[in-house]
Amino acid sequence: MNPYEDVYAESTAKNNKKYDGYDMALDPDEDIDEDEEDEQVSKNPQVNIQKYFQELAETGEQAEPFAEKRTQTIADRERGKYHERRQKLQLSPGVRYDPFAEGSQTPDIHSVRRTTIAVVRENQVMREKQELEYKLKEKAKAGDLKPVQTEEPTKKKRRWDQTANAENIETPKVLTTKDMETPMHQIWEPTPARAESGAITPPDISSLSETPKVKTSTRRRWDETPKIEQGAETPHISGWAETPKVDRLADEAAAQLKMAKKRSRWDETPVGVQPVGSVTPSYTPSTATMTPVYGGYGDMTPSMATPAGIKAMNLQTPVASMIPMTPEQMQNFRYEREIDERNRPLSDEELNGLFPPGYKILPPPDGYIPIRTPARKLMATPTPMQNAGMNAGFRIMDTPDRGGVASLIPDYQPGGNLPLMKPDDLQYFNKLLEDIDDDSLPPEEAKERKIMKLLLKIKNGTPPMRKSALRQITDKAREFGAGPLFNQILPLLMSPSLEDQERHLLVKVIDRILYKLDDLVRPYVHKILVVIEPLLIDEDYYARVEGREIISNLAKAAGLATMISTMRPDIDNIDEYVRNTTARAFAVVASALGIPSLLPFLKAVCKSKKSWQARHTGIKIIQQIAILMGCAILPHLKSLVDVIEHGLEDEQQKVRTITALALAALAEAATPYGIESFDGVLKPLWRGIKMHRGKGLAAFLKAIGYLIPLMDAEFANHYTKEVMITLTREFATPDEEMKKIVLKVVKQCCSTDGVEPYYIKEEILPDFFRHFWNQRMALDKRNYRQLVDTTVEIANKVGASEIINRIVDDLKDESENYRKMVMETIEKIMTNLSAADIDTRLEELLIDGILYAFQEQASDDTVMLNGFGTVVNTLGKRTKPYLPQICGTILWRLNNKSAKVRQQASDLISKIAVVMKACQEEKLMSHLGQVLFEYLGEEYPEVLGSILGALKGIVNVIGMTKMSPPIKDLLPRLTPILKNRHEKVQENCIELVGRIADRGAEFVSAREWMRICFELLELLKAHKKSIRRAAINTFGYIAKAIGPHDVLATLLNNLKVQERQNRVCTTVAIAIVAETCSPFTVLPGLMNEYRVPELNVQNGVLKSLSFMFEYIGEMGKDYIYAVTPLLEDALMDRDLVHRQTAMSAVGHMALGVASFGCEDALTHLLNYVWPNIFETSPHVIQAFMSAIEGFRVGIGPVRLLYYTLQGLFHPARKVRDVYWRVYNTLYISAQDSLVAGYPKVQDDGKNAYVRYEMDYFL
Amino acid sequence: MGERYNIHSQLEHLQSKYMGTGHSDTTKWEWLTNQHRDTMASFIGHYDLLNYLAVVENESKARLKFNYLKRMVQPCGPPPFKEDE
Repeated sequence: MNPYEDVYAESTAKNNKKYDGYDMALDPDEDIDEDEEDEQVSKNPQVNIQKYFQELAETGEQAEPFAEKRTQTIADRERGKYHERRQKLQLSPGVRYDPFAEGSQTPDIHSVRRTTIAVVRENQVMREKQELEYKLKEKAKAGDLKPVQTEEPTKKKRRWDQTANAENIETPKVLTTKDMETPMHQIWEPTPARAESGAITPPDISSLSETPKVKTSTRRRWDETPKIEQGAETPHISGWAETPKVDRLADEAAAQLKMAKKRSRWDETPVGVQPVGSVTPSYTPSTATMTPVYGGYGDMTPSMATPAGIKAMNLQTPVASMIPMTPEQMQNFRYEREIDERNRPLSDEELNGLFPPGYKILPPPDGYIPIRTPARKLMATPTPMQNAGMNAGFRIMDTPDRGGVASLIPDYQPGGNLPLMKPDDLQYFNKLLEDIDDDSLPPEEAKERKIMKLLLKIKNGTPPMRKSALRQITDKAREFGAGPLFNQILPLLMSPSLEDQERHLLVKVIDRILYKLDDLVRPYVHKILVVIEPLLIDEDYYARVEGREIISNLAKAAGLATMISTMRPDIDNIDEYVRNTTARAFAVVASALGIPSLLPFLKAVCKSKKSWQARHTGIKIIQQIAILMGCAILPHLKSLVDVIEHGLEDEQQKVRTITALALAALAEAATPYGIESFDGVLKPLWRGIKMHRGKGLAAFLKAIGYLIPLMDAEFANHYTKEVMITLTREFATPDEEMKKIVLKVVKQCCSTDGVEPYYIKEEILPDFFRHFWNQRMALDKRNYRQLVDTTVEIANKVGASEIINRIVDDLKDESENYRKMVMETIEKIMTNLSAADIDTRLEELLIDGILYAFQEQASDDTVMLNGFGTVVNTLGKRTKPYLPQICGTILWRLNNKSAKVRQQASDLISKIAVVMKACQEEKLMSHLGQVLFEYLGEEYPEVLGSILGALKGIVNVIGMTKMSPPIKDLLPRLTPILKNRHEKVQENCIELVGRIADRGAEFVSAREWMRICFELLELLKAHKKSIRRAAINTFGYIAKAIGPHDVLATLLNNLKVQERQNRVCTTVAIAIVAETCSPFTVLPGLMNEYRVPELNVQNGVLKSLSFMFEYIGEMGKDYIYAVTPLLEDALMDRDLVHRQTAMSAVGHMALGVASFGCEDALTHLLNYVWPNIFETSPHVIQAFMSAIEGFRVGIGPVRLLYYTLQGLFHPARKVRDVYWRVYNTLYISAQDSLVAGYPKVQDDGKNAYVRYEMDYFL
Repeated sequence: MGERYNIHSQLEHLQSKYMGTGHSDTTKWEWLTNQHRDTMASFIGHYDLLNYLAVVENESKARLKFNYLKRMVQPCGPPPFKEDE
């Protein structure tokens, strides 16, 4: 083994990979400016305070200072995106009827519970409703919607006859306002748009007090018919997050309003009641729905996007705040309450507390009438400034006790060792705040409370708390029952303030209980799906995986029939979001239960006559199956293609498009097999390309693009030529999506065998370069990538020079992004194809362009750098004429003011060092080395790291003897740099030092090396593993160079330190030293150290032995007898760790000396190891097992078998347990060898146990 | 960190996946039946061992193989009657 390679190979080979985990960006402000800022503050506090106030004024007092620190909820992340539509979904009410519950009995369709049929009907109604609304909207737009006409549809929809009258009167008026498109807004729009509510301040209290009666219809809707809202027409979130900010009314108004609200019962008939005052009736609903805001926050969220909390909660909660609110609302509400509380008039008791004793209360004068007008009241309040003259002196008073405030801040700490709630949790967990004895509750409620407690622990608890709660809820899942569990978990998951981690935990809960509940989940499948499906399209990869996992478990638990009947209605749901997620969920079900079982259903759906949405979703399911399962679709490819085939000629454009996309996905998954399955669709696809334009064409092209690689050469060539006509036409498309697809298809066509290079050169390249190689393409990241890939693919066909010739001039383009794209393409082409067909002229242009691009670059990514390195390396010796120029540039840039430029220059040196050596430019290299040496005082750590890397590159190729500056000057300069705490510096420095220690140790005095040894000890506790490893290896080289004694002394001393990691690394270093300098140089000292009566030291020695025997392998045979007494002692020690470490040492030793005739020593040691069989600590068990495995190899399994035989049938179970475990270990790894060793067992009366063949003798 | 010890805490479970491993409730009959099966599998598997046995028994190798395969069903006879059942 050459450990050197181990450490250094990776760093030189993939220099760019190495820093993956690190921020490559240089931040010049990082270290230094922080100090500067501190200084500034101390120097000129005045300026800063002013600045602070200025900032404060700018941000306004509403700004939340901790806004950045707050953890983002999932809802925050999704705001304004497609994903947000998740929040519109609702848990379907009630529990689905489980037709499979009674086994073979005919299910009762007339069951009270929701059957699939009922759901389908509801869906149907909703669809019609939506269509109707759409038509109405259209009509309204067209202007031919007359008030009279609206009567009819409104009447149809109206559910409550008693209100019909009032609303009929209103409808025409509504139409006169701007809201023409929502003629039915009384019914369908629970929260009026925000603009309305904000703009209108209630003009008059008297008129307001009337409004609630009109409002009642709104309220009733929310209480009774939650189903209708699913129509997803409601503008949910939009308005109500802002509502609390509305200017507050005077208290009296609120009070009056409250009263008025109370008075108006919702079941009173509002017929004939007309609002008084100037407000038009159309506005009243808006003001009315807002009113509760003043009236105590109770009903402020009628348009809840998510049904939160258990239904029961809303009924039972006595506190207003328990009703669901958004976090913002909560915050506001609390804030206002507190301010109110603090600013309330002082009561008599409080005044008594405030004043020193001796005051008495005077009655007001007889003629006094208090001021009632607020404006004058303000003026009348005496301020301290005003009466400063008469009231001399100032006195700090004791803070009066105003117990009221504290009691008003809500309590989030439930009793009984539960974690703290968050404000948003209150609505779900508020019951836990009441201190009730669980035993006194009826069993149902007690169960609910129990679940609630467990969920709270899982959601907010510490990891151990969470773990045990999760286990409990899993174990008791069947006992709790599906209903109570899901009724609590699912609303939690729908909560708008959920965070990623919380969602993960809750999803985990579902996953666990799914296993336990098994078929009990059936009635809840749909509810679970509503919550889990959105995970399938989450941005976070792990969330998607988690979602798939759950749905597949759900499918396995509930069975295919339930899954299909539950999800069937969603397939033609009116909401695209629902259909999309359903399709993905179905794909997961297919992968869980197998494609064949789902095929008949898919066939039916894809051919559905009822609605195109169903066909669309069916085909989408197949697309998703292909994406999800990849090549696993191959056995069913033919049937899958057959199922969707007809979709290519569907009457609906959307269906045709998705069919083409599905075919593309299938072809991609099947590559490179299965072209036969697509025979039937080739022709329609072909026709489609000729027929379609725009999006449809893009999809069809995509499908063809994925099919071409499947064809054999001849066909591929033919089809490429045919499709190319369309493709070249579409080169000019302005549509970004189309561009990407065209590029992709070109790439696929060009990479197939049948396509001839000359054809590409003649037919494709001119147009391709004209349309795609422009600055605009570099702007979009995805276009950029696709274009680079496609061009590289074309280059593979037509050769490097053909392409590079065309783009090399663009290296001098003025757009940096474009230059980067050119550079990346050139780099990739040259990596693939080398520089063989690049002629001298092109070579010149190339170097010239690259030098220009390198010098002009402003961004700090590595594209240019890597490109430069690659080009120089592929050109190899041909670079020689340009090297002086390149080095000139580098030297000039090393001197640059910008740290980034300096860093890039030195990185470039390490990249081209090998080529410089190959060009025999040693003089140039020494010069560079000299310059780099001078720059070792660099203060930016990132740059210093790169400079060290460059020096390392030069030293590596030029050798120790020829190095300039000479090693004896260089190394002493490096020693202090080892102290640098920056990881990049540390890593490069230690690697450079290690290289010198390995190759040129003789150039430096032993004393210098010792000094470095001490520095290296510090590096042993570096966070980065590669640094620790390099440091340990360096110890080895140094020990080799200057002899192990001094180094060992240092290391042994280091065993006494307290820090564990340091000690562990030291033991490794000792082992390495032992390996490089042969063990006999180290062992005496090491074994002597064991005599130190100190736990850490002794353990360190044992650990070193363990590592040493691991590293020296079979060399151990010479030392086994020497260390046996020491190990004996360690194995008899009282200290567990002694025995553990000794056992692992013995294990390594036994493995090393196998078949070298050391069985006697090993058997002896085994007798010391064996009693540890009964240890319980996992570490010790592990060490024991590894020792046993070592012995198995070292002295043979049969010998060990006889050790185990004594306990296999021991009367004590605990003994049997562990002996069987050892036996099994032996048996699994040495089954055949044991045959010869099994003991002879005599036959008993019934069974023949003797293996008589074993006694054969010839 | 946890992973490492998990392997060992699950060792028993991992081992139990293999035929022929035992546990603390393994009976003498089960253990020996497995031994016999292993022995015969070993005879069949080792060419030279089978040669040797064939010479000793003066039987063709194919016959021996067949006999061993057949005997593997219940090499030690039927399981003894369990008292607690």
